[in-house]
Amino acid sequence: MSIAVLEFEKPLAELEDRIDAIMRMDAAGSGDHSKELRSLRRKLTAAKKTIYTNLTPWQRVQLARHPFRPYSLDYISRICTDFMEFHGDRRFADDPAIVGGFARIDGIPVMMIGTQKGRNVKENVFRNFGCPNPEGYRKALRLMKVAELAGLPIVTLIDTPGAYPGVGAEERHIGEAIAVNLREMFGLKVPVISFVIGEGGSGGALGLGVANKVFLLENSYYSIITPEGCAAILWKDRAYSEQAAAALKLTADELLKLGLIDGVIPEPVGGAHHNYDKAAAYLKLEILKQLEELSSKSVDELVEQRYHHFRDVKYYGEAKA
Amino acid sequence: MAAFVKKVKPLPTTSVVPVGVIAHHGIQKQSEVAKRKDIPQGLWEKCKNCNELIFSSRKEENLQVCPKCGYHYPMTALERIDLLTDLGSFQELDPKLESVDTLKFEGVSSYVDKLLANHEKTGLRDAVISGVTAINFIPYVLAVMDFRFLGASMGAVVGEKITRAIETATAKKLPLVIVTASGGARMYEGLISLMQMAKTSGALYRHKEAGLPYIVILTHPTTAGVTASFASLGDLILAEPGAMVGFAGRRVIEATTQAQLPDGFQTSEFLLQKGFVDRIVERKNLRAELTLCLEYFTKRCKVNKAGKSSRKQKTA
Repeated sequence: MSIAVLEFEKPLAELEDRIDAIMRMDAAGSGDHSKELRSLRRKLTAAKKTIYTNLTPWQRVQLARHPFRPYSLDYISRICTDFMEFHGDRRFADDPAIVGGFARIDGIPVMMIGTQKGRNVKENVFRNFGCPNPEGYRKALRLMKVAELAGLPIVTLIDTPGAYPGVGAEERHIGEAIAVNLREMFGLKVPVISFVIGEGGSGGALGLGVANKVFLLENSYYSIITPEGCAAILWKDRAYSEQAAAALKLTADELLKLGLIDGVIPEPVGGAHHNYDKAAAYLKLEILKQLEELSSKSVDELVEQRYHHFRDVKYYGEAKA
Repeated sequence: MAAFVKKVKPLPTTSVVPVGVIAHHGIQKQSEVAKRKDIPQGLWEKCKNCNELIFSSRKEENLQVCPKCGYHYPMTALERIDLLTDLGSFQELDPKLESVDTLKFEGVSSYVDKLLANHEKTGLRDAVISGVTAINFIPYVLAVMDFRFLGASMGAVVGEKITRAIETATAKKLPLVIVTASGGARMYEGLISLMQMAKTSGALYRHKEAGLPYIVILTHPTTAGVTASFASLGDLILAEPGAMVGFAGRRVIEATTQAQLPDGFQTSEFLLQKGFVDRIVERKNLRAELTLCLEYFTKRCKVNKAGKSSRKQKTA
């Protein structure tokens, strides 16, 4: 197996290993195994279908965090041409946990902004494991205002465990940085489309997520708190993370049912990490569709629609007495 | 003070309702305080800050501040409303909104049970009381969070009541004041809880675009989702002494970064030094200082012919 195997994927890995072994035997000329191969491949397809169509919320969380899952820059390099990255918040620093800049999608100019994780230890130290500091949010807002000035639609890609819980982040008012983004994004005079491509970690995700349309990739999650954090607080034990993941209703399907998001983007069988190109193609298709739809709206319609997208989240009752 | 008050046009009587409007909470705060003054209960308690023995009734008369060391204990929403409004001026908004277990949250205890228990404990339907009111005859909209109700965590009702309070202030062209206290998100409401951060901030965008002022009063403790939305967006941010205010919890920061947290980390005083808080205000001065701020915003702080403030040093 070339990719990290999750616990629930082990039966598939075993089947794949057996197929590999037989094929090697075939290649070495040790008789005909085509019948056995066919049967194993049928089994593999069936097993994949059973496992991946019945993923539990906790298994989806694991796929969303898969170490080989494509990150923002993987998608940007496949979806966009001419990505021109801009840096810095003009106040304190450049935050590598958020990337952004001009780009074209099928020739259409846009502003791409995304949180960025690292692929290995060195990269993760640089990207701070995809956990933005206040500077990241301030850079993102600055670039959104640049997009507004240029009249460009904004596409945000969200994949973060959350905003960084650090002393420096608090000293430089991470809460304020997120809050200002939430407020100012409501005023943007251009279309904003957000995609949670992996982890949608609470306020840290929402800081890039006040959009006209919000989508989740099939195996991503969007939650007020990590399942581990929820389990630690409500169950007083992290071992209950699986239960917490189910209770929080954090998967794309559940959130669509609740009406909190606009749609779910399909992923290749087994998750986006099995086929980056295919995953990027699905995402690009939706981006182009949304860009087309939103481009017909006036500035007032865009601002009004974005407001109501969040204003109309109700879910409360009214006492009779 | 009296000379000044005469210059101000009183509120139209339609927006002034008797104190009984908050009676459905089962607490008539004003009369309760009066009762306590007449009959000292003689109950002692140990201050959790200075460990001195203090009269509970003395602490309550002292606005829930320890008479010995000045430690600011949390106030209930109704006590806070008493402190910051003119007697009889508070007209409550949306008293009937109540939380719903949308997610059918299956955990160690059910959300419905939690809501019921907290309702019984506090007499509140949820963690915010909001209303149109006045302070020293200046009309404004006030929303107050009550930490006793599920740690004043933000669910759909908290978000909706805050949003409606903001929208009322915008529509009536009134200044807005929110007294914050919150343990963070209402986990039982999942992503619905997160969306309240966007909703409240969106309403504040419109309030700001309308050119109307918003004052935040940070009280102990204000954290997480509330910090990362409306608590951080005030044109002026006042804070009570010693209040814990921050985004991430101390334990989370320690566990993530293995860092030694600086002395007084995430307190009002720390945030003043780091440039987030405009002013730390002791509770005994809060009414006067809020009045003064609102006077400046509503152009009631007139300059007399000699070029001196008509209020002079009276609120200092």
